[in-house]
Amino acid sequence: MKSKELLIHYGRQFGTLAGLIVLSLVLWILTPHFLTVSNLLNVAQQTTIVAIIAVGMTFVIITAGIDLSVGSVLAVAGVVMATLLQKGVPPVLALLVGLGTGLLGGVLNGLLITMGKLPPFIATLGMMSMARGAALVFTEGRPVSGFSDAFRWIAVGEVLYIPVPVIVMLLVYGIAHFVLTRTKLGRYTYAIGGNEEAAILSGVNVRLYKTLVYGLCGMLSGLAAIILTARLNSAQPIAGMMYELDAIAATVIGGTSLTGGEGTVLGTLIGALIIGVLRNGLNLLDISSFVQQIVIGAVIVVAVLLDMALKASRK
Amino acid sequence: MAWKHCDKAQRSKFWLIHNGAVRRAVASWSPSRYRSLYSTDNPVNKLALQMQHIRKTFPGVIALDDVSFTLRTGEVHILLGENGAGKSTLMKILSGAYQKTAGEIQLNGQAVEIKSPKHAQELGIGIIYQELNLVPQLSAAANIFLGCEPMRFGLIDRSAMEREASRLLNELGIEIDVRRPVQALSIAAQQMVEVAKAISLNARILIMDEPTSALTEHEINELFARIRQLKATGVSIVYISHRMEELFEIGDRVTVLRDGKNVGTYNIADVTKAELIRLMANRELTNQFPKVRAPRGEEALRVEHLSRDGTLHDISFTLYRGEVLGIAGLLGSGRTELARAIFGADKIDSGQIYRNGQLQLIHSPQHAIHSGIGFLTEDRKTQGLVLALSVKDNVCLPNLNQFARFGVVSNSAENRAAQSYVNELRIKTPSIRQQVVNLSGGNQQKVVLGKWLCSRAEIFIFDEPTRGIDVGSKAEIYEIINQLTAKGVAVLMISSELPEILGMSDRILVMHQGRINGEFMAEDATQEKLLRCALGE
Repeated sequence: MKSKELLIHYGRQFGTLAGLIVLSLVLWILTPHFLTVSNLLNVAQQTTIVAIIAVGMTFVIITAGIDLSVGSVLAVAGVVMATLLQKGVPPVLALLVGLGTGLLGGVLNGLLITMGKLPPFIATLGMMSMARGAALVFTEGRPVSGFSDAFRWIAVGEVLYIPVPVIVMLLVYGIAHFVLTRTKLGRYTYAIGGNEEAAILSGVNVRLYKTLVYGLCGMLSGLAAIILTARLNSAQPIAGMMYELDAIAATVIGGTSLTGGEGTVLGTLIGALIIGVLRNGLNLLDISSFVQQIVIGAVIVVAVLLDMALKASRK
Repeated sequence: MAWKHCDKAQRSKFWLIHNGAVRRAVASWSPSRYRSLYSTDNPVNKLALQMQHIRKTFPGVIALDDVSFTLRTGEVHILLGENGAGKSTLMKILSGAYQKTAGEIQLNGQAVEIKSPKHAQELGIGIIYQELNLVPQLSAAANIFLGCEPMRFGLIDRSAMEREASRLLNELGIEIDVRRPVQALSIAAQQMVEVAKAISLNARILIMDEPTSALTEHEINELFARIRQLKATGVSIVYISHRMEELFEIGDRVTVLRDGKNVGTYNIADVTKAELIRLMANRELTNQFPKVRAPRGEEALRVEHLSRDGTLHDISFTLYRGEVLGIAGLLGSGRTELARAIFGADKIDSGQIYRNGQLQLIHSPQHAIHSGIGFLTEDRKTQGLVLALSVKDNVCLPNLNQFARFGVVSNSAENRAAQSYVNELRIKTPSIRQQVVNLSGGNQQKVVLGKWLCSRAEIFIFDEPTRGIDVGSKAEIYEIINQLTAKGVAVLMISSELPEILGMSDRILVMHQGRINGEFMAEDATQEKLLRCALGE
């Protein structure tokens, strides 16, 4: 690819990346603690959960959909897996059931949207409430805590000084990037979001692929549940509250358009890191969590405004 | 706030209503009052509207060329012409949706520049579109006063609004509950709500675009009664319709447009149906169609007794390899619906489709593509292409199975294929990675062609293959159609342009109201014959 084409295709990501770098520089000047290996690993560690969920969200949003249920699906997947672990089910099987629970939630979303013809907002809003309720009923509202060290290694282990969750996250992003750019699923994801009617008339099985995309999103929530449960050494039925908003924010800051048809997971990764770095920096600067909410909200709005201005100027 | 949208007269009108002077205000507003204000001793000769030497150009196209059109006070003036003759463009200029390129418009003898739909409304010009412009969930009263709601103490005065709405509708002879949402009303009643809305805005000129297309016989008679009533109050009506019988019943004068020119204005009593059809159809046939006949091969597609509730009725025909089968018909005659049904995009209620003599069950576009059918839709942008994707991605979209193994797409194979179609079809694009949104209409159409060439389709369904593309690209598309038929591909070509149908087809089917109303061999067909058949003769 010529450099000019590179710029056209990934220009938006360069912009977001520049934002991330500027933000990091500012924090580096304001607080010496920011640019230390341990702090950066800390940021990466804290970003993983939302970043992994945001991958699924990116797929969904590229199809011009939305998934509000990711946080609740995470909670269900977490408590189901945790309960199995405590009952002595082999860990590998328990993890697979955790992923499967997420997948199931996502596929249900997909079926409600494709077969039930519900708007994605409504279908996943319903799922958000149902899944949360299911998690609470399943555990009678109590957390499920205490796991083997082997299981906890998923969250606290390191390979070559890199925390395992960060490795998992990078793997997920690598695979997702490959899927989006090189596979049928990826191409159809863009086609469906760009022009669903044209996709149908080009013989794309839109129902199948939409359901797959929501299923994938649910499964990644399941994966996030595994890491979160291992990290907290506890699966909570109220885990993952508001994660959907962080995931949507990361996706949107990363340049994925809510109207569908465009977006990249690399952008989403940078978007998730921006949110993570911002939170971390504000913490280091001792700014209250109340103020943090204002700042993060403002960043989302400014990022999208900039994005729109950029697109308008290109046309 | 809503007041901002209303002119002064309307404000004071409601102000009066709310100050008790209801009767006076209403009286000053009723049709009887109009009569005394506007009618003259000889209203027939008074011109409500003169449009003179109107010219309208779009990039590369002359839509209207020196068209003059007059409207007498209190007359029903029929505007007649084929699809694309310029009727809508002329009416869009009158209703402010388009700006004319040149020419003059006079209302009641005074020159005006109609700047916007809003401005047209203020000048007393109302338009009622075929697809009604109502908010379905709102009540009839709310629709009539949308943007001009009577207010009291800063709130919408519902009772005044409903009272006024009933009165307006009663004057039009319609008794409906104005509080019901309009979606619960019949189409005819909805139309009357639109008329009432126009009247409430003091419309003196009403444009009605195919008002009877969705009405029953009885409702049409009702509508005509209302139209006569409006005429009597001095409202002038421009009436667009294809239904010849109606024209003679309701029209006073008729103007025929053809290729953006006025080819004649007549008193309705002075012309016959046959003369009008001849006027509409008599277009110049230039030799812009490089038709090359290919030998007719074996049967490629046979459709038997195809029906779809409300749109298609008992359609049967056979398409042979190497031939172009043209499908003519007016808008709404079911041409596109037929194409979509064959392609599996819409469900059919009954009937069979045979490919190479074998019964095929085509339930979805996937099946259709699998059995070798390609469909170039009428609207490239909303149905044919994913505009944000590249040329390559669009060409390969229906064909990924060719390039994918275990779901992973081979970029190099895709690039090779896309590049070969870009070369073959001479698609002008800087790169196969260019987003198709940046290409011209003609090149976009070639990308769609590339999709189906790549899928190795043996039946091409073209729906308006050259709509909105420049002359040069048109010729290239025709050339490609020739190459396709030479290779034994069967082509089904839907077009609104009769010269195109005549110039490129071997055989022609004419549709009328969801049925096939006639079949012609190209050499026997003339524009006049086709048009007569399309009009249901």
